[in-house]
Amino acid sequence: MAISILHRITGDGLAIVGAMALVWWLVAAASGPEAYAYFMSWAGSPLGYVVMIGLTWAFFEHLLSGLRHFVLDMGAGYELNTNKAWSLFLPVLAIVMTAALWFWIMAEKL
Amino acid sequence: MGNGTSIGRVRGLGSAKSGPHHWILQRFTAVGNLLLVLWLLFSIVQMPGLDYASVTGWLAQPVVAVPMMLMLVSIFWHLKLGLQVLIEDYVHDDGLKFFVLMLLNFYAVGGAAFGLFAIAKIAFTGGAAA
Repeated sequence: MAISILHRITGDGLAIVGAMALVWWLVAAASGPEAYAYFMSWAGSPLGYVVMIGLTWAFFEHLLSGLRHFVLDMGAGYELNTNKAWSLFLPVLAIVMTAALWFWIMAEKL
Repeated sequence: MGNGTSIGRVRGLGSAKSGPHHWILQRFTAVGNLLLVLWLLFSIVQMPGLDYASVTGWLAQPVVAVPMMLMLVSIFWHLKLGLQVLIEDYVHDDGLKFFVLMLLNFYAVGGAAFGLFAIAKIAFTGGAAA
């Protein structure tokens, strides 16, 4: 059940915060250097990093639980043990993928 | 699991068939998001810098601008379908549901339009560096 709720919560977060941040980034880039600098001052702040790390986690979580839905759509993975194993493993994998991405980002920056 | 609504059974037509359309579009746009957002994430990490000149120069390329535009359509379409289901599940008052679904449509179409226009402007004006 938790994985289903996580799918919805991360979907909402991506749909509202993620999509707005993406459009803000693009509109700022289209509006000129000052608007872009203002966006970057937010994105580069501690709050900006919290939001961006949160969004990447939400993306990986939603992606993996979404792929789980594809498998379930095909009629596979309904056995209780299989179902439970995947629903416990995928949120862990999402955290690992988020950590891996940000280690990579930090490594590129250094 | 039924065979459509009672009026549909009487007519022998089954369900109204708009449900499967919604369902399948949610899957198509999900695959679109999977491919395009992963592409965006990897592209951003590999970019030399995220300063104004680098980002606008990058977005101005046709091989970037077109996938970005497709990504915006896929994202906003998918979030419209997803939030619609959420609203239909939790908002039971008909008038309020109408209002919230209307706001959702404004948000989805408006957000996509702003994003598409921004990319088009950067692409057609060549970006800062070019």
